Amino acid sequence: MTAASIPSQHPDTVELRSAASPADQLDALESEAIHVMREVAGEFDRPVILFSGGKDSMLLVHLARKAFWPAPIPFPVLHVDTGHNFDEVIEFRDRVVERYGLSLEVARVQDYIDDGRLAERADGTRNPLQTTPLLDAIAEHRHDAVFGGGRRDEERARAKERVFSLRTAFGQWEPSRQRPELWNLYNGRHKPGEHVRVFPLSNWTELDVWRYIAREGVELPSIYYAHTREVFARDGMWLTSGPWGGPRDGEEVVTKSVRYRTVGDGSCTGAVESTAATLDEVLAEVRGSRLTERGATRADDRLSEAAMEDRKREGYF
Amino acid sequence: MADLLKLATAGSVDDGKSTLVGRLLYDTKSVLADQMEAVERATVGGGDPDLSLLVDGLRSEREQGITIDVAYRYFATPRRSFVMADTPGHVQYTRNTVTGASTAQLAVLLVDARHGVVEQTRRHVAVMGLLRVPRLVLAVNKMDLVDHDENTFWRIAKEFTGLTDALGYGEDAVTAIPVSAKQGDNVVLPSGNTPWYEGPTLLDHLEAVPVEGADHDAPLRFPVQYVVRPRTDAHPDYRGYAGLVAAGTVRVGDEVDVLPDGQRTRVEGIDTFDGELRAAHVGQSVVLRLADDLGVARGTLLAAPGAPEPVTEFDATVAWLHEKPLRPGARLLLKHGTRTVQAIVGAVTHRLDTESLALVEDPGELVINDMGRVSLTVSEPLPLDGYDEVAATGSFLLVDPQAGDTLAAGLVGRSVLAATLDGRGGPGQLG
Repeated sequence: MTAASIPSQHPDTVELRSAASPADQLDALESEAIHVMREVAGEFDRPVILFSGGKDSMLLVHLARKAFWPAPIPFPVLHVDTGHNFDEVIEFRDRVVERYGLSLEVARVQDYIDDGRLAERADGTRNPLQTTPLLDAIAEHRHDAVFGGGRRDEERARAKERVFSLRTAFGQWEPSRQRPELWNLYNGRHKPGEHVRVFPLSNWTELDVWRYIAREGVELPSIYYAHTREVFARDGMWLTSGPWGGPRDGEEVVTKSVRYRTVGDGSCTGAVESTAATLDEVLAEVRGSRLTERGATRADDRLSEAAMEDRKREGYF
Repeated sequence: MADLLKLATAGSVDDGKSTLVGRLLYDTKSVLADQMEAVERATVGGGDPDLSLLVDGLRSEREQGITIDVAYRYFATPRRSFVMADTPGHVQYTRNTVTGASTAQLAVLLVDARHGVVEQTRRHVAVMGLLRVPRLVLAVNKMDLVDHDENTFWRIAKEFTGLTDALGYGEDAVTAIPVSAKQGDNVVLPSGNTPWYEGPTLLDHLEAVPVEGADHDAPLRFPVQYVVRPRTDAHPDYRGYAGLVAAGTVRVGDEVDVLPDGQRTRVEGIDTFDGELRAAHVGQSVVLRLADDLGVARGTLLAAPGAPEPVTEFDATVAWLHEKPLRPGARLLLKHGTRTVQAIVGAVTHRLDTESLALVEDPGELVINDMGRVSLTVSEPLPLDGYDEVAATGSFLLVDPQAGDTLAAGLVGRSVLAATLDGRGGPGQLG
């Protein structure tokens, strides 16, 4: 064999990719999510999108725009506000609502604490307190379908979640009574007072979400990208000071370059050390991560082996 | 090569399925550090981490040491991405297996090398064959407990292919692999304990197996989900029909039949948020504009000319998924594509006996986990295809009108149960 006959690029030197054709896979996930949203629009009377301003809920809004274009999004959005917010996220939420002409419903944990319906927890964390305001808002607005951004790759209990997940009048998830889900025929029948949680992103992974955000140019709150912030270490995470409190005795405040992988209650959502300031850099970081996004950044999911399962049973997202 | 393989696993915890799935995730480095730490914390008595704990998600599952519900897992290698529907064996096996099989391109069935093909294996194979899962893998697990004995493996493999032959699977659609999930033999890495085995490891096979691509040449089936009518200043008169192409391809200019009514019109445009398309293929969500306003609404099926006449009476094979039995005369709801109609069960003509796998005539009723054949009458004509011709429009759900529960998965036509019965001209014994 002469040198000239050797292919200019030996197969072994071709860069390995995580899938042969990621564009096709993202297209398939997008089509599936749009199909789910249209099923809900066709079969339910009063759907709502849970919208925190975080990346998964922003993705739902983006997909809903695509699903019903050229008509506007036919659903309102609901924010369950812990009161422990990042300013950048609230500002972002309001900007998105304004831009797409959405109707925003807000259920405030603070209102419940102020009038005594809920008590502040000893640890100051408000994520578990969101369930009651959420269920009340669903009942008050008579929502029969509630879109959430949950993904099955997030956590073990979520891996067993359906795309259409029936909730009792108490908002409860009963894993042993889930309906079998076959082909892409979704059964959304429910009795008065019951509702269905719908998860169009069920089959997406964190990496799919970021690849899609990059492909589509979906805008996100700035805290998803690296920035310098005063933080302190607790439970192996970098927390930031806020209305929810700050460092305890012995917790030292340092300035670091960080970003957030999830957006939640500021008292228990940790930042990760990062210099990934652009989408491409974030993508590279997610590809290389050795921790799940919840494991890295959610103190509340570390409480017990079944923390998520328990909260889901009670009616959490 | 296709970039994504959707697979289902079937087998019971006694066969070591959770361990096999855990091993697959672990050895493909799909397990992240915090998940592994949780497993190490939860492993009883120290020692090697119990990989099955990666898989059993619910507390009651861990407490009882069983898997209750279908779980979906996602992992990727440099060659392919995988979506795995992990279906438990013991509890409500048909319900879970049917669910996993309904979207799978390949199924991995697990047996214990000490016990070989057991009744449950037969049931699982019957479900996979019924739902036409294109490819099957038999993983003969716990080879370490039979001293990696070659004859044991081949005996089990032969018995298994006897079953799959009866269901119409060709030789290249079925692969048997000797594994030990606990030790990692032939799961991801080849084993030195089975020098007589020259085939691929399980992962090698999953990475290399050809995936049947979606058939773009199939006749078009487009169930209308939703009518898009913006009534905005920018689009005052726009009217489009939103849906997912369920089979085939739709092109601008194509003639389509509006079913069940039967009028014919033409596709004037294919719209998406990202721009107009000339054509859309199976699996794509789009909005179609039609040349005529024919009262098309949710529940309408747009189909290539030549689709079967809509019918109000038909035979179907059903997998019964609910504690409440199915008896003749039952009034139910039937969901086909985007249309839900009332249905009355005429006769329950056959039941697949789960002990002998023979077809029993006139069983009187079907109970949970039964598969059988029924005749149905529906309140409005339905544009049905045979499941074996066009699965998307040959499948349906039966739903309880009061409780709303999903009662059955339905396959239009006499399906594989008939094939095994008629093809053998005998009592329909499977294996």
